[in-house]
Order: sequence, then structure tokens, then C-alpha cells
Amino acid sequence: MFSYTIRRVGLLIPVLLGMTFIVFMMIRAIPGNPAQLILGQQASKDAIETLTKQLGLDQPWYTQFVHYLGGLFQGDLGMSLKTRSPISDEIWPYLAATIELSLVAILIAVIIGVNAGIISAWFQNSWFDYAVMLIALIGVSMPIFWLGLMEQYFVSIKWDLLPTTGRDNIRMPVEAITHLYLIDTLMEGRFDQFIEVVKHLILPGIALGTIPMAIIARMTRSSMLEVMRSDYIRTARAKGLKMFWVVYKHSLKNAMIPVITVIGLQTGLLLGGAILTETIFGWPGIGTYIYDAIQSRDYPVIQSGILVVATLFVLINLFVDILYAAIDPRIKY
Amino acid sequence: MTDDGEISVVNSIDFQVNSGEVLGIVGESGCGKSVTSLSVMGLVPSPAGKVEGDILFNGENLVSASEKRMRQIRGNEIAMIFQEPMTSLNPVFTIGSQLIEALQIHKKWPKKKAQAHAVDMLKMVGLPRAEELMKEFPHQLSGGMRQRVMIAMAMICAPKLLIADEPTTALDVTIQAQILELMKKLNEETDTAIMMITHDLGVVAEMCQRVVVMYAGKVVEEADVKTIFTSPKHPYTVGLIQSVPDMRDKKERLYSIPGNVPKPGSVKAGCQFAPRCAHAFDRCISETPALESLGGSQRVRCWLYEDEKGVNIVDRTIS
Repeated sequence: MFSYTIRRVGLLIPVLLGMTFIVFMMIRAIPGNPAQLILGQQASKDAIETLTKQLGLDQPWYTQFVHYLGGLFQGDLGMSLKTRSPISDEIWPYLAATIELSLVAILIAVIIGVNAGIISAWFQNSWFDYAVMLIALIGVSMPIFWLGLMEQYFVSIKWDLLPTTGRDNIRMPVEAITHLYLIDTLMEGRFDQFIEVVKHLILPGIALGTIPMAIIARMTRSSMLEVMRSDYIRTARAKGLKMFWVVYKHSLKNAMIPVITVIGLQTGLLLGGAILTETIFGWPGIGTYIYDAIQSRDYPVIQSGILVVATLFVLINLFVDILYAAIDPRIKY
Repeated sequence: MTDDGEISVVNSIDFQVNSGEVLGIVGESGCGKSVTSLSVMGLVPSPAGKVEGDILFNGENLVSASEKRMRQIRGNEIAMIFQEPMTSLNPVFTIGSQLIEALQIHKKWPKKKAQAHAVDMLKMVGLPRAEELMKEFPHQLSGGMRQRVMIAMAMICAPKLLIADEPTTALDVTIQAQILELMKKLNEETDTAIMMITHDLGVVAEMCQRVVVMYAGKVVEEADVKTIFTSPKHPYTVGLIQSVPDMRDKKERLYSIPGNVPKPGSVKAGCQFAPRCAHAFDRCISETPALESLGGSQRVRCWLYEDEKGVNIVDRTIS
């Protein structure tokens, strides 16, 4: 298990390098001179040439790549063209907002999705099973922006239960320490703010979590149905175990392996920035950050933003792989 | 019906297992052996319908017993081992945790005590390095070792009845012999009765005191093991015995009963075996015979013995 983890972490290095290279080349493949874009149409040739040199864009691409890579190793993600400040400084608040929302969304999705899937499989062909599968089908095919708007219309506006947009109450803004507001408010001992932050998380969390929830429920159900037909489940029942333990202990641990893959992939997708949800709920997340950078052709931000998101995705998959080995003793490397 | 641990599976299946006895249930694939055993456990897969009639265990009817009562019986008073040792153990739990489960549920033993007993059980079924095995996972064990673990698991609460559903079919011949020997030993040392479900007459001759022959969901013959081999009565039993390869015979082809077991649900009137029976006559097709005693412990479901009870239809005897 330990050596497996080490080896799996070691494999990250080529993956991350390759990923960085691809992102780097993709940005370079976009036509047009960034210096020209920064300075505008009316800029003089000399000014453009000077800036091109300053940005190192006159160097061959491999020199630029090594330079960029060298910067990454020192935690330097480059400089935003728009704000002229280091990306490594300004990206974290956005990232933290996305991480917080994604974790809440995936938590909702896992708790409800997994349990709905289990109970559906346990009582296969019951009304509960049919209801869950119907809701899951609707959930999978529901456009997120529409769900978000409906939530806002009914829950926020009509019934006035929860706030519509933002991360906190503007009348008592959270003082950021880690930028994960749930943690910040607790660290500051501001429970009133904590409640506000939770309230702000519920609607976007549900909007973002619906599709993963539906996918997880369906995956759990089919995986459980397969496991529950197996010989060792009959053995467990022949021992006189209660059906609850047969399902939640003997079946679930086996059935979780494919489900965890799906949960990992979905979490990665959420972290990639849910631009629709973020836009509707005024959520200052990484999706918004990259989207704004694309609008203003802020290439370094696009490049580093994509890199950070991709790295998170890879890290989650690493975590999932390690989890496999923890659950299934047959996995050996 | 009470103290001798008598079990009776009634309806079209009717037999009993006495305490401490090894009963063989023989028949071709698909004749209802496994369903019979699962219905004793109350584990018949639900879409297949429910069990009708009575299954008496120590005088208690298991068919009408509540699910809660059945859970108390399963694994505690009636235990079961299955045909496929490779897939019958849960791959993600240790041998130890799977072994002690029954003790924790039924005897409410603390973990330490249960583990100590589990180690003893592993030693009893002849597994080396019992302490280490407790921490290992099923995939680290061979098929024979897994079946020993299954037996230890089934026997851990000292059940009154052990149902063994083709316990050796999936194993190598040498391992088969070891497992049978182990079960025989356990039967002699404890007072656990064994219901041995098999299609292998060799296993029956080796293990059982009494034999029930099943065909198409019905008991067609029942007798003690010696009688079955020396004077089988039902043409199906005779056919089964003739199908056993005999090394002394230098026949070109092995004997097999012509035709197939009818599919469940396609049951017609008359004797189910009639279409495959060389001795069938008019009555066999129209009327269903009853399981009649031929004197002694032998019972047979066949019209041939209506009047002339005790006459052997074959000249083959096995010495």
C-alpha cells in the first residue's frame, strides 16, 4: 500500500510535465502577438518590439517553456496582463471559492446519491426504486442554468428563504484568512457569519450537485445490483446477518469501487469551474476567473488557470487511485 | 420429531435428516437440489416464488417462521457451504472478520473471544498458520483452502445441520478427497447432521448413510446407502448408478440416461421420468405415482412396484 502510493505519486511527475507542455503549446498556437493585443491597435512598432522582448516572446518556444517551467517550480505562475499582478497571488481566492462550492456540491451529491442508489438496489422494482430512477433521469437531463434560475425564483424570491447570489452577506462581509469562508468564519468565531455562508452555499450547491447526484445514484444502483447477486452475499445472508448489514457492509464496500471512480471524475469536473452556476449565483470562482481572462485575452492567466485546474484534476484522480487500494485488497502493483 | 433434529421437506419433496446423520441428495443438474437446500435456509431467490408446505426443524416449521427467527437459525443452527469456494468469500474483508461475524451475531461474543475461537476452527479444519490467515484476504488463498475456511465459517457456531451444496464439485480431485474426509471427521466429532447435495455417486458412497434421489423436483427414491447401490429400485436410480464409469468394464462408450431433465414449469401429468424410462407403460404417462414404502427404509416413486414390491428390475449388482 505504501510503496504503491509512493509509486503512484512518482508517476505524477511525467503527467504534470506533459500537461504543462500541452497547455503551454496550446496557448502559443493561438494566432496573434500578445504584445500587440496588450498595447492595442494603435501601438507603434517599436513599442510592440520592446514589449515582445520584455515578455521573452522573441525567444524560441523551448527557451520560453524552460523559463516558464522554472518559474512554476518557484511558485511563479506568471503575471496577469490585465491587472499586472502575479497570478499566484490573485488566483487563490477564486480557487478557494470554487473548492468550497464544489466540495459542498459533491457532498450533497454523494450523501443523497449513494443512499438513493443503495436503497433502490435493495428494493429493486419497488415504487421507491422507480421514483429514484425517474428523478435521477430528470436530474441528469436537467439544464443547470434552468435549475439555478428556478431555485432563485422560488426559494429566494417567492418564498424568501435563502439568498440569491454571492458568498456572504454584504452587510457583514467575511474577513478572509484562508478564503475558505466556512473555515474562516469558524476561526474567527463568527457563527452568525458561518450561518450566512452556509445559507449562501445551499442553492448553488444543489444546482451544481444535481447532475453528479443523479449519475452517482444510477452508478451505485447498478453496481449494488451486480454485487448483491454474487455468491459471497448469499454466504453473508446464510450466516444470519441482518439485511441492513448485508447491504451496507458486505455489498457496499464491493460496490463502491466503480462509484468512487465516478465521484472522483465528477469532483474533478466541478473543480474545473462550473461557469454556468458561478455566473447565475454570482460566485467568484475559478471558472469566472478563467472566463474573464479569455474575454480580455489575458494569456498568462488562461494558461496558468487551466494548469491549476488540470493539476487539481490529476490530484483527485491520484487520491481515487489510492482509495481503490485502500478498499480492495486485490489491487496490487 | 423434537430431539433427534428431524427435518422434513414436504410437498412434492419429502425426506428427513436425523441428527448426526449424513444424508445424500442426488440428482442431475436442474432437478431442484439447490432450491431444496436454499428453501431450508429461507434463502430462495425472491422472484422464484415461495416455499409451500412444511420444513420442520426440531419440530419448528421454518416455512412459517418470521424473518427474524430465520436469521437466528441461519448460521447458528443450520449452516450452509456452497459449491464455489472461489467466489463465496467476500473479497474485501479479511478471513478473520468474516469468520467471527456469526459468533458476534448469534453468540454475542466479544471480538477477542470470537477471534480465539476462529483460530481454533481454522486449525480444526486443517489450515496451517491459522493466526496469520485471520489477517489475510480470500484472494491470497487457494480454492481448497477457501473451502476449508467456508467449512470453518459454517461450523463455527456448532450448527445442528450443515447443508453442503456440492462442496467439492469445483475442486481438484485430490483436494476433493481431503475436503470429504474433513467433513466426515467433523460429522463424527460433533453431532452436526450433514445434508450432502451432490451429483457425484462416489461422494455419496464415501460419505452418506442414507440417500435421497431427486428427479424434476420430486423425491423418486430413498434408501440407506447400501441398498441404493446393491438394489436400486427406481429406473432413474438404476440409470444413475449405471452411469458411473467402472474401471473393470472395458466398454467403448460410457452409459448415459437418454434425454434431459424437464425444465421447471414444463411439468406434465404422470411420472416425470416416463419419457426417458425404458420400462414406462401406459399408466406412467397418465398417473403420477406416489412415494411408497417397500418395507424397511426404502421408498420409491414408481408404478413398477405397485404390486410386486421388492422385485429388482435390473440384474446389475455392485459388490
